[in-house]
Amino acid sequence: MKAKIHVYLKPGVLDPQGAAVAGALHNMGYEEVTAARQGKLIELDLTGDDADAAKARVDEMCQKLLSNPVIESYSIDIA
Amino acid sequence: MKSAVIVFPGSNCDRDAHDAIERVTGEKPAMVWHQESELPEGTEFVMIPGGFSYGDYLRCGAMASRSAILPAVVAHAATGAPVLGVCNGFQILTESGLLPGALMRNAGLTFVCEKAPLKIDNGNTRFTSRYGATSELIIPIAHHDGNYFADAETLDRIEGEGQVVFRYGNNPNGSQRDIAGVMNEQGNVLGMMPHPERAVDEKHGGTDGLALFESLLGSA
Repeated sequence: MKAKIHVYLKPGVLDPQGAAVAGALHNMGYEEVTAARQGKLIELDLTGDDADAAKARVDEMCQKLLSNPVIESYSIDIA
Repeated sequence: MKSAVIVFPGSNCDRDAHDAIERVTGEKPAMVWHQESELPEGTEFVMIPGGFSYGDYLRCGAMASRSAILPAVVAHAATGAPVLGVCNGFQILTESGLLPGALMRNAGLTFVCEKAPLKIDNGNTRFTSRYGATSELIIPIAHHDGNYFADAETLDRIEGEGQVVFRYGNNPNGSQRDIAGVMNEQGNVLGMMPHPERAVDEKHGGTDGLALFESLLGSA
């Protein structure tokens, strides 16, 4: 199985890198961009075939290492 | 006082920390590799130095805060013993949950390396007591991820409890409320982005960091 984890900054947390990306897109003429937020995608290869059990374990990994709950949220897809 | 400096792969201020501690105490601190699981017998003061532990992968300080030695540091802090984290050490202390908040990419996106004017916000701590009437310092900073963030409720709480120890005179990185250094509620764990160990000798260009080590380590 594979787990895909998206880690992104919580709403309200200033994202200077996202702001710089939005600024660069504006400079390139993409004026429809009103905001950009930059996050991370982490892919894990996993043994086993129980998706629910895997998700619970990956959730634990997110809480313990892969995200910082002070500033980040995350979502998990198991496939 | 027996001291220990924790060394991670990518630490680069560990020797400066060693020398600052030796200068003030006359004793060499133990250099403790991150794969150890215990601090040397009798350790009182623990310093987590600056650098780029684990290449800053994932988040600054994230890997180091999960390394083998950290449970011993957390347990040591719980006894009320002094712990100081500087720069990457501050990031490691927030990642480990010993200090509130988090350190994010500088608001200006650039690495800042300069002499930073600081204000002592709380002079009545075990880290700042020897500064006396001095309230403004110049201490070097050198970081890319020193932008202190915590939610408004946490900021109000730590300000109210006197946990904000240092503020920038000229905010270089977007830190909330100009915060440069924060201690825990018990007052024995301090994290700060500026480098006091790089300001303990006239040849460093200043000695404003010296009184911090003297406050902690109790010599002349």
